[in-house]
Amino acid sequence: MSDITISERQAGDVTILDLDGKVTIGEGSVALRNAIRRLLGEGKNKILLNLGGVGYIDSSGIGELVSSFTAVNKEGGTLKLLNLTQKIQDLLAITKLLTVFDVFDEEDEALSSFN
Amino acid sequence: MLKLPSRIESVDEAAIKADEFAKEQGLGDDFVSAIDLAIRESVANAVKHGNKFAEGKTVDVTFARTEEGFEITVRDYGTGFEIDTIPDPTDPENLLKANGRGILFMRSFMDEVEWSNPEGGGTVVKMVKRR
Repeated sequence: MSDITISERQAGDVTILDLDGKVTIGEGSVALRNAIRRLLGEGKNKILLNLGGVGYIDSSGIGELVSSFTAVNKEGGTLKLLNLTQKIQDLLAITKLLTVFDVFDEEDEALSSFN
Repeated sequence: MLKLPSRIESVDEAAIKADEFAKEQGLGDDFVSAIDLAIRESVANAVKHGNKFAEGKTVDVTFARTEEGFEITVRDYGTGFEIDTIPDPTDPENLLKANGRGILFMRSFMDEVEWSNPEGGGTVVKMVKRR
């Protein structure tokens, strides 16, 4: 069984990825990398990652969020984060990455920020 | 002592065993969560950076309830490293690097983290979480 399920939704020109499971070293990180790579290949470069269903993330997963962010930026796009759990917020604070990512609690607010 | 193969699956295996043990000891959720994160990061480092996935090398893990709290050791059989040479991942120039945050997490969630180079080679990281 895979550690993570990633579902895709479209809201205008923004692609929302709903992540459910673990983003950890191995499968979870690779699944996220592949999903981002695929979207960029399809020309979808406004991406909102919904992390509300992510029960666990490790340093490898945090690294994958950073890699996703830089990969999307490189393609002239934007990647933002939605619904961080307290644990993920703590880890992003420790790593000072809350200063890097745009983070939202409400999907509507996140979507309108892309325009 | 757990002697685990140098592969990614060992991260889960070590964490599951440590979680079971910590819960048996009646330790609280925050405590168990800190131990889980520390053991995952340290075993991942041992597999990747220490043993470099070498099939013939094991990752040796111990955990024990002590008077102080909870103690974990993780040993690899790699060539070792100098902790002072590890870049600070929170430096602005390192913020967008994909790797290098595991040690920061170990230090953030455990009360003591120290490295040593035992006879026979490799590196041992010893981590203590106080009650």
